[in-house]
Amino acid sequence: MSDYIIEMLRITKDFPGIRANDDITLQLRRGEIHALLGENGAGKSTLMSILFGLYQADQGEIRKDGAVVKINDPNDANALGIGMVHQHFKLVHNFTVLENIILGVENTKHGLLQMNEARKKVVALSEQYGLLVDPDAYIQDITVGMQQRVEILKMLYRENDILIFDEPTAVLTPQEIEELMRIMRGLAQEGKSILFITHKLNEIMAVADRCTVLRKGRYIGTVDVKDTTPEALAEMMVGRKINFTIDKAPAKLGEPALAVKGLTVAGHGHKKAVDKVSFEVKKGEIVCIAGIDGNGQSELVYALTGLIPSEGEVLLNGKPVEKLSIRKRNESGLSHIPEDRHKHGLVLDFDLQQNLALKRYFREEMQSHGFIRFDRVRDYARKLIEQYDIRSGQGEDTVVRSMSGGNQQKAIVAREIDFDPEVLIAVQPTRGLDVGAMLYIHEQLIKVRDEGKAVLLISLELDEVFQLADRILVIFEGKIVADLDTKSATPQELGLYMAGSRKEEVHGGKV
Amino acid sequence: MVERFKKGLSSMSASVLAIVAGLFAGFIILLISNPANALKGLQTILIGGWNNGIKGVGQVLYFATPIILTGLSVGFAFKTGMFNIGAAGQLMVGGFVSVYVGVTWTFLPGAWHWIVALFMGALGGMVWGMLVGLFKALLNVHEVITSIMLNYIALYAINYLVKNSHLFDALKNQTVNVAANAVLPKAGLDQIFYVLKGRYHDASSVNSGIFIAIGLAVIVYIILNKTTFGFELKACGFNKHASRYAGINENRAIITSMAIAGALSGVAGATMYLAPPSGMHIHVAEILAAEGFNGIAVALLGMSNPIGIIFSGLFIAHITVGGSYLQSLKYMKEIIEIIIGMIIYFSAFSLLVRDVLARIAKRRKKAEGATSKNEEEC
Ligand SMILES: Nc1ncnc2c1ncn2[C@@H]1O[C@H](COP(=O)(O)OP(=O)(O)OP(=O)(O)O)[C@@H](O)[C@H]1O
Ligand SMILES: [Mg+2]
Repeated sequence: MSDYIIEMLRITKDFPGIRANDDITLQLRRGEIHALLGENGAGKSTLMSILFGLYQADQGEIRKDGAVVKINDPNDANALGIGMVHQHFKLVHNFTVLENIILGVENTKHGLLQMNEARKKVVALSEQYGLLVDPDAYIQDITVGMQQRVEILKMLYRENDILIFDEPTAVLTPQEIEELMRIMRGLAQEGKSILFITHKLNEIMAVADRCTVLRKGRYIGTVDVKDTTPEALAEMMVGRKINFTIDKAPAKLGEPALAVKGLTVAGHGHKKAVDKVSFEVKKGEIVCIAGIDGNGQSELVYALTGLIPSEGEVLLNGKPVEKLSIRKRNESGLSHIPEDRHKHGLVLDFDLQQNLALKRYFREEMQSHGFIRFDRVRDYARKLIEQYDIRSGQGEDTVVRSMSGGNQQKAIVAREIDFDPEVLIAVQPTRGLDVGAMLYIHEQLIKVRDEGKAVLLISLELDEVFQLADRILVIFEGKIVADLDTKSATPQELGLYMAGSRKEEVHGGKV
Repeated sequence: MVERFKKGLSSMSASVLAIVAGLFAGFIILLISNPANALKGLQTILIGGWNNGIKGVGQVLYFATPIILTGLSVGFAFKTGMFNIGAAGQLMVGGFVSVYVGVTWTFLPGAWHWIVALFMGALGGMVWGMLVGLFKALLNVHEVITSIMLNYIALYAINYLVKNSHLFDALKNQTVNVAANAVLPKAGLDQIFYVLKGRYHDASSVNSGIFIAIGLAVIVYIILNKTTFGFELKACGFNKHASRYAGINENRAIITSMAIAGALSGVAGATMYLAPPSGMHIHVAEILAAEGFNGIAVALLGMSNPIGIIFSGLFIAHITVGGSYLQSLKYMKEIIEIIIGMIIYFSAFSLLVRDVLARIAKRRKKAEGATSKNEEEC
């Protein structure tokens, strides 16, 4: 039997204006965790989509156990034991976990669903791999991390033994990432072979056996993880040395740019999503709101930007804006990198230049008498594409839907930072970005701060929080429970506050 | 530029395929109802207006006028993410208002009469369309429900108003003639599109309405593709959450878009009922205007693109006129209506199920792949 369970040999795939995969070879060993690393737009998702039958390669072949196979659609892939967890999950929200898992492979007897057998199997699998999934919970009621496990269970239920994870950790909290790593190791031990896309080098170091690196659609090499370092991987990926340290001068604080007083947002039932929150962000300061996902940070941001109604006061440079429309708030100097890039951040069917102009097409510089000045829109888009290195097949004419996830994110970040805001609200600004792009965005955020603007950062990633923030506010169940100076705070302390411990407990010494 | 052209071409080829499918469906009915004449019949349909020389071509333009306008109406609303199934009602309201103005406002001098009548027709349609937008924006009632209800309200209200007013000609059960000044000018088109019957000029009914329709298509194209307003409408149509996020007033977009869509259907009604020589008459009958629903097919075939809609409107008018000549081949009038309806709706429908067709094609490819796999194994 062949050493490799899956081989993708000399795969080439063209899209309009770009060769997404150029003669790529990837060999997956039985029972290994194989990481796939590359810059945004390097062709990782495309390669995995070819393996899963979503796209067909223009050239090259795929072998399973040494024999050539044709994978024309996901059904073929499934028949070969190949399963995939997409970055955007494909679950039915008002179905239960169990219903979602058996969807499409239902067992029926006399036209009746055979739920009992299915349930037994799901419970057994869940136990075997330590997934701890409640089969009767509704998808809409469980966390993102749990939803991901449901996706994993779906693959296991279909008896897939080649598992593809496309950026699974981008949407998870640090704790959930730990859990996922544990689950992945368990899966590999049971003989499953795993392909794992991530931009986080420490995750590769922690869990992968080997790592294949792509750059601009081309195969660079495959390395054993135990013989390499994060720095070496990064260098392989971008083709030059990367400097990981960011210089950050001490903050020069000015007047409060954003002042929030008694902000309250209604939640489901009696509990308020945001409960009488008050805080300030001064000019020249980056303040981070830290908290476990679901403690009101999303609602807080939506209330500040005007997407949902709220009570209380919001002052922008001393001027009340809580009654203003979204457009007026934006024009008063509020910009917003949203949490959900596909829902709020982009009009996927518009092209890149239209998306980059989404918040300024109506301004004097881009229109005259109600007519859009397309030459100006194009010039502006080209400037941002160049400056932020947004990569795509057809430049400013690319329909955004066809762009790689990371490049979509770069487009949003570019638009919002270039907005030249007084207050920049950045939610997970570097989600899905490669290391190089992430460092660049971090520099830009610091630059915004050093120019005397205020930045409100919402991030689940502690590294990012500690690197960027001058001050950390911890949100728990809709309330701000701590206000910490980054210089003196420790990750442990932060973790305790995030979990809901009170001040006395944290400082009581018994940690 | 080249890419955009290619994209345009590929979506056009989808429309052409859909039309071929529609024609095929029509052909089957021709076969069923009268096999001997079926081929000849198909030919007659395809020749369209040319069956009767240049006059027939004029008739095509005449029939194309209202459906281009309702097609624009449906297509415009669609760009904002709404399905305007209410074009029929908006058309009838527009038609009624313009007939009312055309009959009663005789104080208007010369050309002003038809201009004002047309304008008021647009206004009538606009109000009817705007109601749909208001219900959707303010009360979140789905546009399809309000549209359908408003269609029937328009129908019965107009029947009632016509019957109980001086507009009514009880003998003929229809409205009286509009004033001569209120009739749309021929604009010299009768000097082009006619056939000679002896010394008699047998002119087509085509009139300046076709210029109005094409002019409005160009204006709609410009609004959608060149203005900030059109940018906002399209953004809302594609992703209303992102539009809100970007500060676009979604409710205003919905209301204005439906108002404009309604106005376009209103103009369609006006051009129909102000047509020369004496204005078309509103019959008191219990049917919704077919031109309203044909607008949906026109918009679909034209891919909601205003310029595409001009061509798809002309095409549907072409086969409709072609169908009218089927009577000479001893096809019954009702059968002809079925055949033409079949072609129109099958075409439109096959566009809708284009994805399904694509999937079938793919599955077939897969089946082939499977057999070749088997061969490899042998
Ligand atoms: N359906 C498509 N149509 C056109 N171009 C596409 C399509 N899918 C991907 N591309 C292009 O192919 C290139 C590779 O994209 P891909 O999504 O594979 O990148 P990636 O390595 O997954 O990047 P990321 O880390 O940002 O997710 C990109 O330049 C993208 O614009
Ligand atoms: Mg990707």
